[in-house]
Amino acid sequence: MSDVKLNSKAPEGSIEEKWKDHKFHLKLVNPANKRKYNIIVVGTGLAGASAAASLAELGYNVQAFCFQDSPRRAHSIAAQGGINAAKNYQNDGDSIDRLFYDTLKGGDYRSREANVYRLAELSVNIIDQCVAQGVPFAREYGGLLDNRSFGGAQVSRTFYARGQTGQQLLLGAYSAMMRQVGAGKVQMYPRHEMLDVAVINGKARGIVTRNMINGAIESYIGDAVLLCTGGYGNVFYLSTNAKGSNVTAIWRAYKRGAFFANPCFTQIHPTCIPVTGHYQSKLTLMSESLRNDGRVWVPKNHDDKRSPDQIPEGDRDYFLERKYPSFGNLVPRDVASRNAKEMIDAGKGVGETGVAVYLDFADAINRLGKSVIVERYGNLFDMYKQITAEDPYKLPMRIYPAVHYTMGGLWVDYNLMTTIPGLYALGECNFSDHGANRLGASALMQGLADGYFIIPYTIGDYLASEKFEKIDTNHPVIKQAEKNVEERIRKMLSIKGQKTVDEIHRELGKVMWDNVGMTRNEKGLKEAIEKIKQIREEFWRNVNVVGQNEELNQSLEKAGRVADFLELGELIAEDALHRNESCGGHFREEYQTEEGEAKRDDENFAYAAAWEFKGEKAKPELHKEQFTFEYVKPTQRSYK
Amino acid sequence: MAKKLNLHLKIWRQKNSQDNGRFVDYDLKDVSTDMSFLEMLDVLNEQLIKKGEDPVAFDHDCREGICGSCGMFINGRAHGPQKGVATCQLHMRSFNDGDTITIEPWRANAFPVIKDLIVNRSAFDRIIAAGGFISVNTGGAPDGNAIPIPKDEAEAAFEAAECIGCGACVAACKNSSAMLFVGAKVSHLARLPQGKPEREKRALAMIAQMEKEGFGACTNTEACSAECPKGISMDVIAQLRREYFRAFIKGEEKV
Amino acid sequence: MSWLIKFLESSIGKKFVMAATGLFIALFLIEHLIGNLLLLVNDNGKVYETFTEIMASNYNLPVRIIEIFLFLFFIYHSINGARLWWGNRLARGTNYKVNNPSENSSFFSRFMIWSGTIVFIFLVIHLKTFFFPYRFGNPGNSMYEGAVEAFSSPWYSGFYIIALVLLAFHLIHGVQSAFQTLGLNHKKYTPLIKKLGIIFSIVLCAGFALIPIYFLFRSGGGD
Ligand SMILES: Cc1cc2nc3c(=O)[nH]c(=O)nc-3n(C[C@H](O)[C@H](O)[C@H](O)COP(=O)(O)OP(=O)(O)OC[C@H]3O[C@@H](n4cnc5c(N)ncnc54)[C@H](O)[C@@H]3O)c2cc1C
Ligand code: HEM
Ligand code: HEM
Ligand code: SF4
Ligand code: F3S
Ligand code: FES
Repeated sequence: MSDVKLNSKAPEGSIEEKWKDHKFHLKLVNPANKRKYNIIVVGTGLAGASAAASLAELGYNVQAFCFQDSPRRAHSIAAQGGINAAKNYQNDGDSIDRLFYDTLKGGDYRSREANVYRLAELSVNIIDQCVAQGVPFAREYGGLLDNRSFGGAQVSRTFYARGQTGQQLLLGAYSAMMRQVGAGKVQMYPRHEMLDVAVINGKARGIVTRNMINGAIESYIGDAVLLCTGGYGNVFYLSTNAKGSNVTAIWRAYKRGAFFANPCFTQIHPTCIPVTGHYQSKLTLMSESLRNDGRVWVPKNHDDKRSPDQIPEGDRDYFLERKYPSFGNLVPRDVASRNAKEMIDAGKGVGETGVAVYLDFADAINRLGKSVIVERYGNLFDMYKQITAEDPYKLPMRIYPAVHYTMGGLWVDYNLMTTIPGLYALGECNFSDHGANRLGASALMQGLADGYFIIPYTIGDYLASEKFEKIDTNHPVIKQAEKNVEERIRKMLSIKGQKTVDEIHRELGKVMWDNVGMTRNEKGLKEAIEKIKQIREEFWRNVNVVGQNEELNQSLEKAGRVADFLELGELIAEDALHRNESCGGHFREEYQTEEGEAKRDDENFAYAAAWEFKGEKAKPELHKEQFTFEYVKPTQRSYK
Repeated sequence: MAKKLNLHLKIWRQKNSQDNGRFVDYDLKDVSTDMSFLEMLDVLNEQLIKKGEDPVAFDHDCREGICGSCGMFINGRAHGPQKGVATCQLHMRSFNDGDTITIEPWRANAFPVIKDLIVNRSAFDRIIAAGGFISVNTGGAPDGNAIPIPKDEAEAAFEAAECIGCGACVAACKNSSAMLFVGAKVSHLARLPQGKPEREKRALAMIAQMEKEGFGACTNTEACSAECPKGISMDVIAQLRREYFRAFIKGEEKV
Repeated sequence: MSWLIKFLESSIGKKFVMAATGLFIALFLIEHLIGNLLLLVNDNGKVYETFTEIMASNYNLPVRIIEIFLFLFFIYHSINGARLWWGNRLARGTNYKVNNPSENSSFFSRFMIWSGTIVFIFLVIHLKTFFFPYRFGNPGNSMYEGAVEAFSSPWYSGFYIIALVLLAFHLIHGVQSAFQTLGLNHKKYTPLIKKLGIIFSIVLCAGFALIPIYFLFRSGGGD
């Protein structure tokens, strides 16, 4: 049974009617009253910008925050591949039901049916909305929208704008929001980092921020707070996320009582450009589509130092093709990633550092001709060459998996509300729709569904049902929160130890990657928990954060984020340790089939693990939201 | 194979907007040619922190050339010596052992320095807020395929829409003009049928805001397009002017 | 009319004025070159005198009107050019310590204000020699004789040649830039316009330069 504290509010009734019925039963705020409500939106990525724009259009007053110098720079901008929608423009048998099914199966049956169905339903409206805003999606010669295929689906339903889909979608949402800024309905606060939520009489009523230019600690009051702050992949130090991506906002919310669900569900993308040295600051993704034509291999012999073109066919091991004859190089992300790691652990890694495998296009170039490859992947090949100074038309690419996306996040109900009334979580920072593994091109879809089409309905119900007392920034709860924030900053600045923030972050990253990364086991996880505690202890004793608070201080910004990662890391490990099964991105070595594949345990783990903060010294408490599957029967995945 | 470089850096240091600022020299040893330019600065900063000194502040986020956060004037060029890349995509391979590298912030009155290499580019946001959008509310949009758009037009619109808002155009332009940035947005939207109804209003509003922000006037020097990391074409500036003329001829303004 | 002033004073409008007046002056220069090349006809200035008499006649109303516009445009072009330059300088604020503009833009495009200024100085001197005395004063010789006399001075001719080189600089950027300013930009034709603009500038200025060179050699070599 699900926990009493976790009421998913998922409506009854047939799956097709749930959202429609639910919308009908939601209370409405009278148009003239909307301007009396103040809504705080933290984050201006796809989720935040779309929410801020839509709410302001309805008449609410919105205050929006981001840490970059402009809302247009949110990390959504970096998404490459595309966005799914069940439009069935290609007449290839796509439908809302199929997208629903694919997403649920792709997530290894660890998500809520009602939410996933709604997502598939809304996907259709997203494309229409974006086209109306002027998003220049790719088109065919006839002038109609073009689609491409993506992993985990047998239909062509991905809409794209070259390799810059996220950019174009975000600029669409950003421009809609800036229109409201111009109209005075949205107040934009860039270079403001949220450092706490104020919960007053059980409701989220405001946030505390640091003005990143002058260090001022400022508070903002609202009737509801929306967190749209993206993923926490940077807990691994190296990831494909932007350098500033962080967990701080949702971690502060967690500490104020919002439950954190499935933190251990992290996604590792198999095709990234490998690390070149200790100075490496981030990893660059190479689109999944490359595996359509590239063949993955390593030398058969250990420490084979020959140049790849000198290694004869007989000395090569095309391990994915060997182990998965039917899917070959196109196995899902998690499977491809794990196998690459296995090869490298066995000492067969390639390149200067030995931490990479080859992705070889020689066959494809011979078969199709170079011009076809240029047309298909030209920009990716150029990007690879720019970074590595190697020509992938001549030598195989070197690739390695990297942390890419986090399925876990704040637990939310069907209305996207966390366990704190009035506090919502949208986009990557909630746990809702992708279960234990996200399919390509679904994150953009989710962020926009949340912001454009869900929150504008569900927030009205909350606002209309509640009474809001008048408070200002002198409220004792706010003052206390500000004091805590100042206190913490002062403490960090006063340590003046030996290690830089980055050094400590790298140490954390290494533990996370080695023990809580692609494969996990009980011993490693326990070890990780101990190590993370030590690193955390060292941070608070020996970190060196230079400068002061009252200035633009990037060391201080980083320090605050890393301090939160140091706590989150432990929760991820705890969550991974408790989940005695393998599913999606979570692979426990103890739980695998004879062939070495993930073994799910639906009997005992078909739930979302929602963790409740119980105090700095106490263990967090586990709550379970049990998943029941009425429409789709869970099956074991096999790609043999 | 990666090589190691020893470099002399001359970096603009300025504590805050009130400070006068000055160049400070740094020597950096054993810089791998595989490093990105920003990673080179990371290494310098780690060393400065170890010495208890203030690290060099610079904007950055995605580090893959798409968010538009990064941007500095490197040896007299916006985003450094290589064409078609943002600072974060520049690698140390583009430099030689013993080089002196001068690093300055974007210079323009409309982009005041906040600290070191960080400038305030919010003028760009205000220009977009003035008119860089299509006025559609959420909901009620017609089907995405209701209006076919010729592939060429869609591609041209996309190419203009690629602008990442980095400000290199302003930094490189001898007049600190923002015409390429504004032109890119106006051209993107004016090319699409969805954007046509508001085209006159948009051009007038965005240009008015651009002038209010204190950017210079374009004299067709073309440095902007040459240094733009996304290679936004000079066509967008010509189109911006056409849109502006059109707005006046059509008499949006009262006589 | 406030909208017109608003337009002319906007950054795009100011530039529009530069292009319109600049192209108008360039058209005048074509006519002016053809007329003045008559100086080279070896008939002691007969054809040339006939031509200038027609052109300078008080009854030649169209030319008088165009002339007024020409002067107005010259002044507008010069003042506006200076204003643009000054405004654009202010927009930069602090200059770069190291700047490498030759990597991204043409010398001519960055030199416009200086090439323009020298052309301006040239004009003042030029009008003082040829226009004011003959139109409003009592020069005591014919225009042809005046030209022969003026150009026999190597200093005067040398100055003309230098000024004409700078005029060529001005037009090399100016002509193609004017098209861009007027929004006339096309994938196929713009590269062509750029080439023709350069050829036009060089031919025009070389044509003018021929005149002082011719007289210089004639006075030095012949008599
Ligand atoms: C390289 C890459 C490629 C991808 N490609 C695809 C793809 O092809 N298709 C797909 O569907 N998905 C893709 N994804 C995933 C997808 O891009 C993200 O999941 C999605 O964009 C997240 O959007 P968001 O709005 O939730 O958060 P973000 O876009 O990350 O926005 C977060 C916002 O929160 C703000 N913020 C964060 N913390 C704070 C704080 N403490 N205080 C104030 N503000 C804060 C930030 O300033 C920012 O505005 C990709 C991801 C990566 C990394
Ligand atoms: C023989 C006379 C001249 C001709 C034919 C001429 C022609 C032109 C042309 C065609 C342009 C380009 C306009 C554009 O890009 O839209 C131009 C620009 C310019 N001219 Fe002239 N010009 C002449 C004299 C002068 C003079 C006397 C000055 C005095 C200062 C001057 C200053 C400028 C400046 C500064 C510009 C650049 C304007 C800008 O783009 O900011 N010009 N000229
Ligand atoms: C070497 C070449 C040139 C010669 C021999 C020459 C000769 C003359 C003469 C004789 C006049 C007087 C005409 C009259 O009063 O009717 C004149 C006028 C004038 N010239 Fe030139 N000129 C030369 C080059 C130029 C150039 C390069 C410019 C422009 C930059 C120019 C601009 C003018 C103008 C504006 C007038 C007055 C307008 C007019 O009366 O038409 N000239 N020139
Ligand atoms: S036009 Fe180019 S240089 Fe200017 S802001 Fe956009 S991307 Fe940067
Ligand atoms: S460099 Fe400047 S002058 Fe115009 S063409 Fe570009 S804005
Ligand atoms: S850091 Fe994002 S573009 Fe350079």
